[in-house]
Amino acid sequence: MATAAQNLAHDHDGHHDHKPGFFTRWFLSTNHKDIGMLYLMFAIFTGLVGGALSGLIRWELAEPGIQLFREGSIIQHLGIVEASKHGYNVTVTAHALIMVFFVVMPATMGGFANYFTPIMIGAPDMAFPRMNNISFWMLFFAFVLLVISLFVDGGPGRGFGGGWTAYPPLSTMGHTGPSFDLAIFSLHMAGASSILGAINFITTIFNMRAPGMTLHRMPLFAWGVLITAFLLLLSLPVLAGAITMLLADRNFGTSFFAPAGGGDPVMYQHLFWFFGHPEVYIMILPGFGMISHIVSTFSKKPIFGYLAMAYAMVAIGFIGFIVWAHHMYTVGMTIELRAYFVAATMIIAVPTGVKIFSWIATMWGGSISFKTPMLWAMGFIFLFTVGGVTGVVLANAGIDYSLHDTYYVVAHFHYVLSLGAVFSIFAGFYYWFEKMFGVKYNEFLGALHFWIMFVGVNVIFFPQHFLGLQGMPRRYIDYPEAYTLWNNVSSIGYAITLVGVVVFLVMLLEAAVRRRKGVDNPWGEGATTLEWTLSSPPPHHQFNELPVVKRDEH
Amino acid sequence: MGMGTRARAIVGGGLAALSLALIAGCSSEPELVGQPTPNGLGLQPSASPLKVEATFFHDAILMPIITLICVLVAGLLLWIVIRYNKKSNPTPARWSHNTLIEVVWTVVPVLILVFISLFSFRLLFAYHDMPTPDLTVKATGNQWNWAYEYPDQGIAEYVSNMLPEDEARAQNVPYRLAADEPIVVPVGKTVRVLVTAADVIHAFALPAFGLKVDAVPGRVNETWFRADRTGVFYGQCSELCGVDHAFMPIQINVVTQAEFEAWVASRGGSMTPAAAPGGSAAQAAAGTEGEGARNVASDATGAAADAPAGQPPADTGAVDGSPSAGSAPAVPDTAAAPSAQ
Repeated sequence: MATAAQNLAHDHDGHHDHKPGFFTRWFLSTNHKDIGMLYLMFAIFTGLVGGALSGLIRWELAEPGIQLFREGSIIQHLGIVEASKHGYNVTVTAHALIMVFFVVMPATMGGFANYFTPIMIGAPDMAFPRMNNISFWMLFFAFVLLVISLFVDGGPGRGFGGGWTAYPPLSTMGHTGPSFDLAIFSLHMAGASSILGAINFITTIFNMRAPGMTLHRMPLFAWGVLITAFLLLLSLPVLAGAITMLLADRNFGTSFFAPAGGGDPVMYQHLFWFFGHPEVYIMILPGFGMISHIVSTFSKKPIFGYLAMAYAMVAIGFIGFIVWAHHMYTVGMTIELRAYFVAATMIIAVPTGVKIFSWIATMWGGSISFKTPMLWAMGFIFLFTVGGVTGVVLANAGIDYSLHDTYYVVAHFHYVLSLGAVFSIFAGFYYWFEKMFGVKYNEFLGALHFWIMFVGVNVIFFPQHFLGLQGMPRRYIDYPEAYTLWNNVSSIGYAITLVGVVVFLVMLLEAAVRRRKGVDNPWGEGATTLEWTLSSPPPHHQFNELPVVKRDEH
Repeated sequence: MGMGTRARAIVGGGLAALSLALIAGCSSEPELVGQPTPNGLGLQPSASPLKVEATFFHDAILMPIITLICVLVAGLLLWIVIRYNKKSNPTPARWSHNTLIEVVWTVVPVLILVFISLFSFRLLFAYHDMPTPDLTVKATGNQWNWAYEYPDQGIAEYVSNMLPEDEARAQNVPYRLAADEPIVVPVGKTVRVLVTAADVIHAFALPAFGLKVDAVPGRVNETWFRADRTGVFYGQCSELCGVDHAFMPIQINVVTQAEFEAWVASRGGSMTPAAAPGGSAAQAAAGTEGEGARNVASDATGAAADAPAGQPPADTGAVDGSPSAGSAPAVPDTAAAPSAQ
């Protein structure tokens, strides 16, 4: 390795932009762009896995009765999860864990943030390039551990089926097999990976901004990444503590969460949601940043209320830490505590509203071209609003008693995550596609992908509001006949979405085969951030001479 | 902006009319009470005063507000598409600040939230302020059935399983909702439900009464309802509890007082039990929550099962007044004893 590094150094002396060989470049990479690309490819792959798992869920729920998760079904032939009711719980759990930890977080904080934060702030690379490499590979092996956990004994059957929240006692005495221990290690590693990444981002953003790039001139995406990094740094250690206590309860005879030994299962929920609620903002804040850039670029107008936008994210990040128990209105907290969490939770709607209206004001008066990234961004704004207002409904403990743990909650968080975070990821992907890959995507296929997905995900998740209001509990393998229609519609929506995913893959293939040469800045005058001043793709090492940032129209 | 407002009004009105028509078209069938209505769109019809208030809060306060916000945002986006595309507006504006509008869109949402919270807190405290109960039922969640007990009537714990499919079809009751041994309560009486669990966390939920409270091993949670009509009401376990999570329904039969008394007698219970020394039987039952945790506490630490419940402020506060510490049968609050009737 030392030799390789030395050779590399020599090469660099000779040729300005010589890339290392394949193995060195992709397995020993310390280049933020290459690592970002690895993260993105990883997220696309795990996204297909997580999406396939949700396909099993929707297939099973298409009609009442158990069709898929039973002996002799296709599930048994596939052999990935057990063909049993336990197998269904394992599928639901794995879907959630993969989507949260191995799709959305790698795509936003791993992929886009790694690739574009240094460029946007005018830095040559991340502050700790080798740590960056460790972050990625820890995440990779965390995923391997999670996959292994699917194939070993969980207790009631193969794999862990206690939900991504892993509430004890179900995750302790209810799942005695080693599967959940592996899942805990997986989360430990994924968490450590994210903490290292967060340290890297904070250091980079605080210390490596180009001359003249003050915090108040920094692009909003970099702001989103900075705030997200702080949320990661503060919340993940709490998760690590909580799951370590689970590990001890399971294996070493402690009783942190076992009532028989003086522990309290509800204590775990407090710890988990102290991490879990910031986590949902971790998934969406980088997206907020991307949407701001895209909206501004395609409107050919500066971002409306830049400072308010930045500090709205700061406020969301801060309040995100003090609202966790709104996930726990039914556990039996004191009335004062519940009242506090109602009030605190509703306050989050204010900075979120500021963001929504500022995006609209950015577009207002603009000269908008509706290219694919803009379609995703506008879709994001509307769908995030829908998910946001149902969040306001759920914030009220009085109505949450009717909706808690029903499909209304499922619809709510999929509107803000599956339709919010994922739409922001696709928006960013198309926005930076030409910049990252150096080739153009097909505008028609991109728009087709958007429209099919937009229809598909709405058909999946909008009817779930009806199911939830009617009282259908979540995480059910089977349901009373009255819920048949909307479950059926929801499953049809999945099929539509699947077509959208196929179009996405076709789009990737088409771009790879046709290789239309990209230009430095395909979006014109509206694209003002530093990445558009570089070539597409950017040189292996950018900004050997630091750019100087001057006061602009902010 | 004047033109924008008009266009918004037109677009918004159109969308509202469309959605109303859609909802009206879908909900022509009569709604069922106590169970989900096929193809239903809204909250299940209420059968208790709390759910009436919750339904009012959702249908009359929250729904119009969130619908208006969504329509407003959709309308603004539509107007932007029509008016500010690059053909209609080739030269983009350059402004990026407007203090007035920023203050407006910060303050107006605050006012809306304050308005919502007025109703929200009223409802929350309505749930909290239980009238003096006429009857106490203790529900214990097990993997995967519920066990019910009527401490004041001396009805010992009995287990309620989901009715198997063939029996449910034979009796023409909804499969996956019907149970073999329901909770039976009299109509118009305040029923207190003490909820706990013996193994993992479950949740006791019944949509028609607006009930949902977690059944947590090692603690007793409390909720209440007053059924305003007789009938059969169904709910389902609402916290992931393992393999048969979807198959442990809750059934409550609401009957007249006379029928209830007959049922109590048929169960070997009595409407006027002798008060246990040091408090009513209900208190004693609530106090024995350690019993709920006994499967966990199978060894010498069994006595410690009381300990978690005894962690003082959080738990007693949570169940609010219902005695939660095993060592406190003397809590003087339960005038709940039906002997008062």
